[in-house]
Amino acid sequence: MEKPLPVPTPQTQPFWDALAEGRVELQHCADCERYIYYPRTHCPGCLTRDLEWRELSGNGVVHTYTIARRPTAPPWSEDLPQLIAVVELDEGPRLTTELVNVEPDAIEVGMRVQPVFQAVGEATLLLYEPA
Amino acid sequence: MGLRGDAAIVGVAEWKPERRPTREPMFSFEQYAELAKEALDDAGIGVDEVNGLCTTGVRESSMFAPATLSEYMGKPVNFAEHVDLGGASSAGMIWRAAAAIELGLCDVVVCATPAGPTPQPPGGPVNPGYLGASSGAFGSPQAEFDIPYGNLAQNCGYAQIAQRYAAEFGYDERALAKIAVDQRTNACAYPPAFFHGQPITVDDVLNSPMIADPLHLLEIVMPCSGGAAVVLASRERALRTNHRPAFLTGFGEHLAFKTPSYAEDLVRTPMKPAADKAFEMADVARSEIDAAQLYDCYTITVLLALEDMGFCEKGEGARFVNEHDLTYSGDFPLNTNGGQLSFGQPGMSGGMSHVTEGARQIMGRGDANQLESCDTVLVLNNGGIMSEQVALILRGE
Repeated sequence: MEKPLPVPTPQTQPFWDALAEGRVELQHCADCERYIYYPRTHCPGCLTRDLEWRELSGNGVVHTYTIARRPTAPPWSEDLPQLIAVVELDEGPRLTTELVNVEPDAIEVGMRVQPVFQAVGEATLLLYEPA
Repeated sequence: MGLRGDAAIVGVAEWKPERRPTREPMFSFEQYAELAKEALDDAGIGVDEVNGLCTTGVRESSMFAPATLSEYMGKPVNFAEHVDLGGASSAGMIWRAAAAIELGLCDVVVCATPAGPTPQPPGGPVNPGYLGASSGAFGSPQAEFDIPYGNLAQNCGYAQIAQRYAAEFGYDERALAKIAVDQRTNACAYPPAFFHGQPITVDDVLNSPMIADPLHLLEIVMPCSGGAAVVLASRERALRTNHRPAFLTGFGEHLAFKTPSYAEDLVRTPMKPAADKAFEMADVARSEIDAAQLYDCYTITVLLALEDMGFCEKGEGARFVNEHDLTYSGDFPLNTNGGQLSFGQPGMSGGMSHVTEGARQIMGRGDANQLESCDTVLVLNNGGIMSEQVALILRGE
């Protein structure tokens, strides 16, 4: 079964375009002094639309994770275990991701990770591996 | 501010949870009508007295569900609500119904959660059926930023919350398992529960397969079919029904995110503001709660509820569980019907089972699991992945 891939919207296209080129870009709100994930039209603080795209290192730490030993849905039934994580970027925002290039037992909350730009079909996913 | 406590649950209906449905397949409208009739009969209220209804999502009508239900049952109403709070929808319906009654809009309101088998369309189901609480629609944040990484359905999110809890506070897996064990004891005293007659031990829980670390199979609800309804009535009408009314004297509701990846804090949940508001409104102390019916899709949900609803300090949940007997005959009766972990989780009706059990205990209509004395019950419904929280306080007079 094919895995569902992200379909960029006009608002999120720059994020996906940057990933395809091996960069992490997120919107920044100058008023709230914060980066925003996931990309959107309005700042989820002050609701301004005055947001600026900026490049980040993409590095961060594992905020939490799980080792899914049963598939979360049928498209992942050949990919066990799934290492599904929440990564907190050094610049603040948290994002949903999968960990790669790591033994499940070696994963720890707080471990430093770096981006892996994984091309899948038309999309590039933002995965993470130990730094 | 808040409720006066002049609306009560006066009738309940609940279908026995089943893994392989034996009930005749019916569309959701038909099930709603059947459940409504059963709950009204239970209360001793005529069907023509209904003048309000609440529902959650209806499979056959993604829009205009309340009007379609009103039309189907031939019941014009003065108040209708479609509540979309996931597993918290049942408790969300209850306080909205009580508020509408206290405002004088209506005096008999049906709240039902059909979850029985439905007829399949010719040619079989049309959607893949695995997205669960996540939206795969174009433009949905889940479709674009969560689902592609395999973060969908419920196990993953709750497991991530449990893992984060472990990192911040430590993790006594035997205490978590004890929650499931004590609730199973309750189910064994309540014949309608799915796992009635099947006691378990802490070792059984810890030896059950690991599904998503650190959650074992027996710490996770089993989906099944079923259905439930309650009828609420005004004080004036409630005092002329078949049972001791369970008055709603306080509630709180709080939600702040959809996917826990984007929660401000994964382990300090929206349960706290919901509970604080409910206790304040009802003017009830934690120590006055005779039974707690807390949404238990996973054991970690209960542990966080005990902490965030104020029964113990943050990080002390495991100690609380170890120091208390959570069974119906214990010093902290919790999920006296077995909870969803042992009663079963019939879809959206899982949340309603905490409401029906709370009402039954106040009415004195439990089975072997009936408390000797039960005047004050706390109900918590939890939706999505620890996202939507609704707390209720029910009191018998």
